Amino acid sequence: MKLKLSNPGLDDRILSHQQLDKLEEDEAGDRPKWDNKAQYMLTCVGFCVGLGNVWRFPYLCQSHGGGAFMIPFLILLVLEGIPLLHLEFAIGQRLRAGTMGVWPAIHPYLAGIGITSMSISLIVGVYYNTIIAWIMWYFFNSFQDPLPWSQCPMNASLTGFVSECERSSPVDHFWYRKTLNTTPTIEEDGGLQWWILLCHICAWSVLYLCVIRGIETSGKAVYVTSTLPYVVLTIFLVRGLTLKGSLNGIKFLFTPDLTELANPTTWLDAGAQVFYSFSLAFGGLISFSSYNSVHNNCEQDAVIISIINGLTAVYAATAIYTIIGFRATQRFDNCLSGNILALLNAFDMAEGSITDNNYNQVVQHLNETHPEVIQGIDLKTCDLTTFLSEGVEGTGLAFIVFTEAITKMPLSPLWSVLFFIMLFCLGLSSMFGNIEGILVPLQDLKVFPKTWPKEAISGGTCALCCLVGLTFVLGSGNYWLSLFDTYGASIGLLVVAFCEMISVVYIYGIDRFNNDIKFMIGHRPNFFWQASWRVISPLIMFFILVFYLVAKVSEKLLYKAWDPESEKFPTLEEKLYPDWIYVIIFVLAGIPSLAIPFVAVWKCLQKKRRNTSNLAVISQLNLNEQ
Amino acid sequence: MLDKILFLLCLASALADERCMPDTPHGFQVRLSIKTALGDEAYAWNENEMFLFRATLAFAMRNHMTGQQFNVSNIVVCDETERVSFWFIVTSPLDTSQLIDQENVEAAIRRSRNRINSAFLLTDKTLEFVDILPTLGTPYVHPTPPWLIAFGVVMGAVGAGIIIMLVSSAVQKKLKTNKKPQDKDEDDEEETRVKTMENGVARDGVYNMSFSEDERFTAM
Repeated sequence: MKLKLSNPGLDDRILSHQQLDKLEEDEAGDRPKWDNKAQYMLTCVGFCVGLGNVWRFPYLCQSHGGGAFMIPFLILLVLEGIPLLHLEFAIGQRLRAGTMGVWPAIHPYLAGIGITSMSISLIVGVYYNTIIAWIMWYFFNSFQDPLPWSQCPMNASLTGFVSECERSSPVDHFWYRKTLNTTPTIEEDGGLQWWILLCHICAWSVLYLCVIRGIETSGKAVYVTSTLPYVVLTIFLVRGLTLKGSLNGIKFLFTPDLTELANPTTWLDAGAQVFYSFSLAFGGLISFSSYNSVHNNCEQDAVIISIINGLTAVYAATAIYTIIGFRATQRFDNCLSGNILALLNAFDMAEGSITDNNYNQVVQHLNETHPEVIQGIDLKTCDLTTFLSEGVEGTGLAFIVFTEAITKMPLSPLWSVLFFIMLFCLGLSSMFGNIEGILVPLQDLKVFPKTWPKEAISGGTCALCCLVGLTFVLGSGNYWLSLFDTYGASIGLLVVAFCEMISVVYIYGIDRFNNDIKFMIGHRPNFFWQASWRVISPLIMFFILVFYLVAKVSEKLLYKAWDPESEKFPTLEEKLYPDWIYVIIFVLAGIPSLAIPFVAVWKCLQKKRRNTSNLAVISQLNLNEQ
Repeated sequence: MLDKILFLLCLASALADERCMPDTPHGFQVRLSIKTALGDEAYAWNENEMFLFRATLAFAMRNHMTGQQFNVSNIVVCDETERVSFWFIVTSPLDTSQLIDQENVEAAIRRSRNRINSAFLLTDKTLEFVDILPTLGTPYVHPTPPWLIAFGVVMGAVGAGIIIMLVSSAVQKKLKTNKKPQDKDEDDEEETRVKTMENGVARDGVYNMSFSEDERFTAM
């Protein structure tokens, strides 16, 4: 018994199979096309593989039981990621339109899904490029030896180092002060930081250059931006493995702790990571897929891209953690030698009498014989695990932890340049998909006048986003960015993905969809696809959505601020958001999601009004005839 | 008479020893970390090395207080430990009962720190004069920030790229408008019956190729 909602007039809104074949034959269509399959695959891989694979996945892996995290990740990859990906590819390829064309074609009331996708792409696109601007800033600063974040700058009177830097660390200082020049609270805006403004403009210019003619130009750019990260990751992996302590990092990352599997947060995080990692529901993938030929094997593409995405996440995690392990081991060794030196000096013992091996026994012995002296020395606790689990996600990983590790490697500028080129390519290729998700709906909505050429449309969009993105160039920009990141994309994407599944399976009709796929690739989707599209994936999406909502609503709205005046400095201080932020959070998170029901209701009312006016016209005609 | 002289001499030497002791207000503590600095090539600390130290310090004092002929005997060392740490004081060459004050000794050491370090193949950290802080090396300040140069290069390349793309589009459009009058006659024959999309409702229509100019590939 298949549930199918009535959907009259569907055949009138979409091209039939014969028409599609004819279109294909005559090449009479007016959509852009991929030059070759490789371009399409690289663009999709580039869109999916982004910064999250490098700085979110390793953190989740390490904090949720290491190797054991692979289990929920892989299970949800297969049950949630691949079906959703196949669905988006198939529907885009079949209906040959972007997100603003596909959903209204399925049913006029569903136009809201397209609008939500576009607004989310817009929100994400605006702040994501600021991260790329930061990456470019670090890249530009990598062309000097020693690297600027390896030592503290001198204070004004040249008597010592800047106090803020001495209390924290050179890398912290360079990130929070020299790069962001961050204010202590989100209310103080601190003005535009001119150096980041320059990098911001540079980032948008590079993006504009790559998307100036749509996939015609971005299709060429992805040959570099999608492949270079793999080369750099391999270089880092090889280099990392030759460093001391790298295996500590890998062991820490992958040591399984199966008890974590009982924790529901693990599954929730795995599901969310799979979902966001695939860049689903942005509308970009549907667009890209619609430029394919009708008989392209989208099933194979979906499986291949999912596997690549998963493998990349694991590969990146391994490479990153060799370097993290090296850094943690260095810190541990320094901590231990500091303690040993303090002990040698206090007790005037010969050098070499205390080594790493007998350290613990010696300390114990001395504690028994001279406890007051030991107290006076104030020995630091040196724990390798603590060092390994320090701040290793998000911008903290890239700009603080990893940059510090790089300064300890020989030939640091080279590694720094390579690392930031890799991050730049990862971010840029994701932005291509984002811009696609903004530009194509704007064109479909006919926001721009018809006479404008493609270059002007993409230029106008980039300029507008660049202007809005100036918010993130302010002193408080970092806080705004994490606000947008946390609330802008998360809920809306889950809602859109859920609605997409329901629309295709129950409103478009799973039978029709199966026939379409048979027409396109030659065989009906097998039982796995049927089960996952109809039941499993929607259920998973629903659960993730509910748990996410509950988690977000119940947590206090705090942000972590860098405040030199705070007592806990240099640890970030948690502050409450001011009240007017709640309005902004609602606009970010609520309004895109509410667009779906709102537009549905509006279209319904519009139709009713048209019907009543039609009836009035018809009755008038009848009266006239009589 | 002889007894008195002997007694005074003993007193003098005893006094000298007494003045050199841990936490003396006239001298400094020195710590050497030879094994940390040199690893396998570390030399053993013995009498000869101590002699070199006293000689180097006398050299430093001579450099600082010009005119006064400091000798090895003017550097008094005591409280040597396994760590290789010891205290020292400096007596004046003119009158051994007089001690040189701490400020002068510190200034002398700071002045010749490099020479003292290199005599022992050590660094500021491994040859530590406790309470004499090493002068910090000033980080090199570039005249032009290097990042501006890198930024200029990248921005210039990107700007040039954008201009090239825009110009090439304009040129392409010019070529197309020149070719169009010739192509128009051929297009009239190409018509296909196709269902087209219009306002969301499909209509039976005739697909006129001459009007299907690529909306997506618009030229300037």
